[in-house]
Amino acid sequence: MQRYILNRLLLSIPTLIGAAALVFLLMRLIPGDICVVRLGGGGGVVDPKAVAVCHAQLGLDRSLFLQFVDFVVGFAHGDFGISMWSGKPVIYEIGSRISVSLEIAILSTVVAVAIAIPLGTLSVLRQNSWLDHIVRTVAIAGIATPSFWLGIVSILLVLQISQAITGSPWMPPIDYVSLWSDPLRNLSIVILPALTIGYRYSAVTMRMTRSAMLEVLREDYIRTARAKGLLEQLVVNRHALKNAMLPVVTLIGIEFAFLIGGLVVTEQVFNLNGIGRLFVQAVQNQDYTLTQALVMLTVAVFILTNLVVDVLYAWLDPRIRFG
Amino acid sequence: MTRRSGSLPANVAGALSAILVAVLATTPAPAQEPKRGGTLTYMIPADAPPSLDGHKENTFATLHATAPFYSTLIAVNPDNPSSTTDFVCDLCTEMPKPTDDGKTYTFKIRKDVKFHDGTPLTAADVAKNWEYIIHPPKGVSSARESYMVMVDKVENPDPETVIFKLKFATTAFLPALADPFAYIYPKGQLEKDPTWFEKNVMGSGPFKFESYDIGQSIKGVRNTDYYHKGQPYLDGFNAIFAAKQSVRVDAIRSDRAATEFRGMPPSARDELVKELGNKVTVQTSDWNCVNLLTPNQKKKPFDDVRVRRALALAIDQWKGAPALSKIATVHTVGGLVFPGSPLAATKEELEKMAGHWPDIEKSRAEAKKLLKEAGAENLKFELMNRNVDQPYKFVATWAIDEWSKIGVHATQKVLPTGPFYDALRHGTFEVAVEFNCQNIVNPVLDVAKVLPRSVYPENYGGYEDQKLIDLYNAMLHETDPAQQRVKMRAFETYALDTQVDTIMTPWWNRIIVHRSYMKGWKISPSHYLNLNLANIWLDK
Repeated sequence: MQRYILNRLLLSIPTLIGAAALVFLLMRLIPGDICVVRLGGGGGVVDPKAVAVCHAQLGLDRSLFLQFVDFVVGFAHGDFGISMWSGKPVIYEIGSRISVSLEIAILSTVVAVAIAIPLGTLSVLRQNSWLDHIVRTVAIAGIATPSFWLGIVSILLVLQISQAITGSPWMPPIDYVSLWSDPLRNLSIVILPALTIGYRYSAVTMRMTRSAMLEVLREDYIRTARAKGLLEQLVVNRHALKNAMLPVVTLIGIEFAFLIGGLVVTEQVFNLNGIGRLFVQAVQNQDYTLTQALVMLTVAVFILTNLVVDVLYAWLDPRIRFG
Repeated sequence: MTRRSGSLPANVAGALSAILVAVLATTPAPAQEPKRGGTLTYMIPADAPPSLDGHKENTFATLHATAPFYSTLIAVNPDNPSSTTDFVCDLCTEMPKPTDDGKTYTFKIRKDVKFHDGTPLTAADVAKNWEYIIHPPKGVSSARESYMVMVDKVENPDPETVIFKLKFATTAFLPALADPFAYIYPKGQLEKDPTWFEKNVMGSGPFKFESYDIGQSIKGVRNTDYYHKGQPYLDGFNAIFAAKQSVRVDAIRSDRAATEFRGMPPSARDELVKELGNKVTVQTSDWNCVNLLTPNQKKKPFDDVRVRRALALAIDQWKGAPALSKIATVHTVGGLVFPGSPLAATKEELEKMAGHWPDIEKSRAEAKKLLKEAGAENLKFELMNRNVDQPYKFVATWAIDEWSKIGVHATQKVLPTGPFYDALRHGTFEVAVEFNCQNIVNPVLDVAKVLPRSVYPENYGGYEDQKLIDLYNAMLHETDPAQQRVKMRAFETYALDTQVDTIMTPWWNRIIVHRSYMKGWKISPSHYLNLNLANIWLDK
């Protein structure tokens, strides 16, 4: 198992370099100049001398080849460079935002799993009943509804309801504080985004749970377990659920990886200073170094999450062994 | 009529009451005494600014985040910010009269100013900063160097005196000096490392730096040593970055924030007023920003002045402006000069220029005739626009509709900012929706936008015209206001009517909605002005 994990980690390195090289090239193919955007975005005069100074400061006056060499050498030393927009180290830019995205991702996953697995299981056990229909409708609604739209509507609902009840509209605070400095305030900020993202996430997971459970419950060993006289609860929890979790865990892993850096619009709706919002800014500002690093971060998250999922397989199904 | 002892006759009492009511109605209510205390929370409608350095940056995101920490030499009068000519001292003791035929300005600097670390601010600091702005050393970026071309040198003969010596007398100097980005940094730090201010704050303004969470918020606390005694009234401020408009509107609605200082579209204003009534106050002003429809004269048929003139004549500014103002942040029809300026054209003067005729049917008939003469009757082209809703896309959609009325078929191509600028700079467009947005109303410099690229690097019209340059220079060097106005008209008429180098659209309209408890702040024609928060107080 350890050799397997080490091999997977080593294989991720060329994947990361490949992704970064692709982004390096693609970003430089997009027309535009970060210096002109930075100096001219307000509509005033863009002094060519100021642009030239900016190019020199950012190393954009050097050839593409030299820029790429610089990037690869930096990567080899663990130095991802300086953000071309803010001048701060890329590690700092990402580091100051990743905790927000991680917190939202974890909370949304908890919400999703807490909703999806019990409801998905219940739906199967009461197949074709009114409960099953409700659960399936809720799941389809969740898949069909964009989470950013749900976010906007939920904020409006909170405003309207609070105004109706108290006479003054209320919404959660908009300036983020960390969980460690003020847990209550932090939770009041993240609960709404976690619920809206978690709902959509749970909808997909619910459908997968239901479908996997349906398949497992039809297996011979489940019939044998029932024939032995085991309680239904034991049959479901001990025998069926664990076997049905393999595809569900895969899905949870993919969705979790997406939440780090993928919640571009949702983060804007809730004014969360996370990786998704940073990603959009970096691309819009044509901040090459930051965009490269963010792409590599996203690839790394997907690789790591898939690795964790694969390791979980071995725990869920002892028959799975890694050479 | 009976009269009780000790009381006035009814007719006398009635007359006195009437007089009292009249007196009370005409006597202005006494100004409220500002209350001290409280923290102002406001939104900054942007993501993280590129840096905190006012000398280097041009974006309002930097200014909204850092203006409260800094002082400037002079500023627009915060009690009269809508004026385009009323400047007052910030660091100086009084506004000087120019000497030496208008080429020398001598400022005396206050003696009671300290930087936030306690070190005194002297004329040497002011002089050094302005030297760096006007003549930046090698490797140092100054976004305002080109605004100060009239300055020959800055002298600092003693610790209290700064002298600006101009190459020529011009009315453009004082407004340029009042640029809100012209922060005064400590001389020692500026010389040691000019890039230090990109990530750090050390000013002498009404607020001291407290914290900056990048992309999240920036906070300041009252500077108890502030040299304008009694100010600031606030204990501190908290500025939160939020690029999305719905976040800002909801924040103001729920009183998570008092305001934002850029401007809102009419729909957001209407929503907040409807929901909150008199709990919010709306201030509006003409905005020193305008969209220009600029044909690329390096591409046929836009090299033909008849075609450009036809495009201008097709547009009904007078009807379009009030209609657009209901849905977009535009309002006032004007020429090249900001409408609130003494140099601006009157309605009668505008009506003589292409695109501003009072009779639109006659104007469009002339447009069709010109297109026919130029052989461009079924003209088709792409209008390149920036990917910004307000008011760019609204203005472009309106212009396309106006052109359709003379048989011109235009389509809109929207690009993100980077590729938009790239296309402008490489001339790969036919007609573009440009914009001219300046920090401070300085018409003499602001109209330079239409000068050929050989003189003004941000002109993308693809033309050269020595006559236009000569007209501009004559106007720039004119110091008599009446004569300068005449020369401005000549320049404007040549650019907009004779050559039609660009086509005006209605000037932007700045709408600020703020919580009514926020007092002391007055709107100005620029979202870069009047932002040091020194005169704001909270009536709650």
